[in-house]
Amino acid sequence: MTEPAKTPPRPAARAAAKKELPEHFKAYKHVWVFIEQERGQVHPVSWELTGAGRKLADKLGVELAAVVIGPDRAATREIVAEAFRYGVDLAYLVADDVLVDYRNESYTKALTDLVNTYKPEILLLGATTLGRDLAGAVATTLLTGLTADCTDLDVDADGSLAATRPTFGGSLLCTIYTLNYRPQMATVRPRVMPMPERVERAAGRVIEHPLGLVEADIVTKVLGFVPDRDSDKSNLAFADVVIAGGLGLGAPENFQLVRQLAAVLGAEYGCSRPLVQKGWVTSDRQIGQTGKTIRPKLYIAAGISGAIQHRVGVEGADLIVAINTDRNAPIFEFAHLGIVADAIRLLPALTEAFRRRLSPHSRDRIAS
Amino acid sequence: MIEERFDAIVIGAGMAGNAAALTLAERGLKVLQFERGEYPGSKNVQGAILYADMLEKLVPDFREDAPLERHLVEQRFWMMDERSHIGLHYRSEDFNEERPNRYTIIRAQFDKWFSRKAQAAGALTICETTVTELVQDAYGKVIGVCTVRLVGQVHADVVVLAEGVTVLLGTRAGLRQIPKPETVALAVKEMHFLPRETIEARFNLKGDEGTVIEAAGAVTHGMAGMGFIYTNQESVSLGIGCIVSDFQKSGETPYGLLERFKRHPSVAPLIEGSEVKEYAAHLIPEGGYKAVPQLFGDGWVVVGDAAQLNNAIHREGSNLAMTSGRLAAEAIFQIKSRREPMTRANLALYKTMIDDSFVMKDLKKYKDMPALLHTQSQNFFLTYPQLVSKAMQSFVRVDGTAKADKERTTLRSFVSARSWTGLFGDALRLARAWR
Amino acid sequence: MHIIVCTKQVPDSAQIRVHPVTNTIMRQGVPTIINPYDLFALEEALRLRDRFGGEVTVLTMGPASAEDSLRKAQVFGADRAVLLTDRFFAGADTLATTYALATAIRKIGADYGAVDLVFCGKQTIDGDTAQVGPGVAKRLGLLQLTYVARIVSLDPDKRRIEVERRAEGGMQVLQSALPCLVTMLEASNEIRRGSLADALRAARSTIVKWNAQDAGVEDITKCGLRGSPTIVKRVFAPTARTDKAIFIEPGDRPPAEVLIEEIFARQPKLESDLVSLARGF
Repeated sequence: MTEPAKTPPRPAARAAAKKELPEHFKAYKHVWVFIEQERGQVHPVSWELTGAGRKLADKLGVELAAVVIGPDRAATREIVAEAFRYGVDLAYLVADDVLVDYRNESYTKALTDLVNTYKPEILLLGATTLGRDLAGAVATTLLTGLTADCTDLDVDADGSLAATRPTFGGSLLCTIYTLNYRPQMATVRPRVMPMPERVERAAGRVIEHPLGLVEADIVTKVLGFVPDRDSDKSNLAFADVVIAGGLGLGAPENFQLVRQLAAVLGAEYGCSRPLVQKGWVTSDRQIGQTGKTIRPKLYIAAGISGAIQHRVGVEGADLIVAINTDRNAPIFEFAHLGIVADAIRLLPALTEAFRRRLSPHSRDRIAS
Repeated sequence: MIEERFDAIVIGAGMAGNAAALTLAERGLKVLQFERGEYPGSKNVQGAILYADMLEKLVPDFREDAPLERHLVEQRFWMMDERSHIGLHYRSEDFNEERPNRYTIIRAQFDKWFSRKAQAAGALTICETTVTELVQDAYGKVIGVCTVRLVGQVHADVVVLAEGVTVLLGTRAGLRQIPKPETVALAVKEMHFLPRETIEARFNLKGDEGTVIEAAGAVTHGMAGMGFIYTNQESVSLGIGCIVSDFQKSGETPYGLLERFKRHPSVAPLIEGSEVKEYAAHLIPEGGYKAVPQLFGDGWVVVGDAAQLNNAIHREGSNLAMTSGRLAAEAIFQIKSRREPMTRANLALYKTMIDDSFVMKDLKKYKDMPALLHTQSQNFFLTYPQLVSKAMQSFVRVDGTAKADKERTTLRSFVSARSWTGLFGDALRLARAWR
Repeated sequence: MHIIVCTKQVPDSAQIRVHPVTNTIMRQGVPTIINPYDLFALEEALRLRDRFGGEVTVLTMGPASAEDSLRKAQVFGADRAVLLTDRFFAGADTLATTYALATAIRKIGADYGAVDLVFCGKQTIDGDTAQVGPGVAKRLGLLQLTYVARIVSLDPDKRRIEVERRAEGGMQVLQSALPCLVTMLEASNEIRRGSLADALRAARSTIVKWNAQDAGVEDITKCGLRGSPTIVKRVFAPTARTDKAIFIEPGDRPPAEVLIEEIFARQPKLESDLVSLARGF
């Protein structure tokens, strides 16, 4: 592979990146959380973010604000009131019926206008379909830095946001900063941050801001909304018990062993990414960094090696039980309980043992 | 069927296929090459050793940009029993020459480079395209191929079968038989990653020097087979293989053999602390001269592993493959220049050329070895290594026994194991097969 | 119609093999592939081209070796392939990447015909974040339609497009105008296998290679590391939990029972929770 023999200016080395915040950004203060709502319902990730945002704001000694964008209706104002119950100090509101349905053009304008007017130093959004649609457009409009899918948020001594996320394809984490631009934007996936406490308290200061757009200005029209039929939809994000299978199961037919155990426990079932890539399981069942993050009371991983991308999706579980034939598999680094066994044999045995134990006729059962 | 016609279609982008495609393209012929893998080399597994002399005939200045691992300065032969090995070890500063004779390579990278050379010369190479069958006319002459792609039939004057050891197309078209299990070995290998300094320290190498260890003996549990350890820049390739029919008989698994090989006290320290990054298995033609099929016919020639052109005794295969591909291409070019059709009679030129080369001459020389090693495998791969090992130990240990007594004991152990007739017989058979 | 498809070459994490004996996952670093999500975008683009006529140009920003995946895209049937490669692009975060891509798309439009649609895959498998599509749209002033499951209709003359877009709990049916940018959901279609003629054409074609200058980049400081507002400061291994997993050694007893006992010993409330959860046994 031959390199062109040019002598242009050399690309800047990393060490030369100066930590010099331009003057006009120094006025940017406070931590904002975008409260995602659709049809009057708030996505829970927004509340999880207020918890994370609260910690950041406290460390920085600044205020935590909620940003609510939606139609000019009572439901929207109720969402504003709810935000105060999750601990924000003030709320920004853009209420206009043009915003009744999410559209990129209108919501991007609303959010960027707010940012340009009130200048937050940190802006957090949930990494949902809506959040990702919006965050990239906003960050690009503001020409600022965006760190997506973070697993941890913190502030340094000098007040910079330290956003940590796994590096791609690797078994490592990296911490990313947006040094010379504001606001520092970050998205976080649902269930990564814990849900904060909800406390009854009075609403606080609300700053309303006009949208500045009419329907005729917006090109994209919403023709309708088709709700999902319930069917076999997974509810992994909120399940209390999850059973998952990985490549250690060997063959696609063996995945039903996972489903059978889940059925006996009334649990949700899922899998690691390779199984989705191989087409053994549908993608809505994928658990991990690019799949679902779960926080169950009990998580049983069968035949999963435990790569970092999977780990970050399950670390919030109360009790992680790992079944793997390899004693040195990475999953045993973060599981609570481990057993070196063949999942193909142990899963049916567990199913049967649980069935017996939980049966109303079982004498072993602890009286509840 | 697509309308466009080609002078030649080459099936396979391995050593033989690329050599053929490159040569044909350089001679100005219109070549279309198919590879079923995602990229050239993705389906190939080899130790691997590159023989510079043969490659120089195809790409004279390959050393400029070919992905080469280490040039070999040392060769070790080990005869192993369970806990020891006897080695023949040749190392020479002469091999640190300006144009080294042998290199270790990594096939996935090398084949890609080799294929790029063929494409640069004008060959059209299409990957992820399996050829499903040969198209024959009413007289059985091969006139083209069918591929998995839509409207995937294409015709040419001649088809070069470089499809490798699993000769599906040839057998499907009735051009040859499926190789017998006695004529094919199943080998498995792993790549162990180690820091460069560690490799250099353990194998006593500096810079880009490399070493090769070829091992036989008890590691294959009495089956006919061999193990190897090759040094790459930042990894060590090691593997082991045996004749398929022996596996079938013994019930051993290739992976079991490899594990034992790795745990052998002579091998384990060499790979201590390594990270295993790749595991692969492949079939190797081992039948030698007697297993070589019909090499040419109306509208077709067969080259490389598909033609069983592998010198198992010397572990040479890729050079025979390259050479056979090159010679087949030369023969085709000559016929084309004479404006003659690619008939069986004309394509016999390929066989003439290959008979005249080291390829056939070497295979002929060792034509009896495969059978001998196979039928006598218990002796050559288990009994003798154990006997010789004990003899060496006895020779080397100093324990107060009179030397003459030691020699007598050793001789007696040989005789009781094999009897005088057995010993002489083995020696004779070996000598005859070697010649 | 002129449709551009943005693709990325990524390490093939799908080629994970399980070691036959130790059952550990073995990663092969070498093979790279077209980001699988991009293939759905490419197929959609090819279908539209087949229906309405026109051309599909595939664009990739990457190292020289990304040429391999561009050739593959051509084998699927793309009419043209452009590789944006320059060491000045190295180290780019999303903002710098979208700057380079948007500039190149403008140049492609100028050189090869006005662009009607830009397609992107939903996200990349090497852990990316679905941000490049929206960023490119913003820079080009294109309307964006993300997470599109299906293109319901397209009218090139009336410059109208109608799509089904995934939202929480259902699908939005949106109507928008061309030109716009669309990111396709996975499993929305299946990439075709190119015909032999496509493969031949791809093998013969040259890939257009642009460095920053060729692509029309006016401000090189907006590219690569220099143009990235985000910077990676630390890379580290996750802290090993001080207490690793406690291994259960069942001994003579059936492993399943021992395991269940250990689970309930650690989570006493769990058993009664499970009894109320479990049903139909």
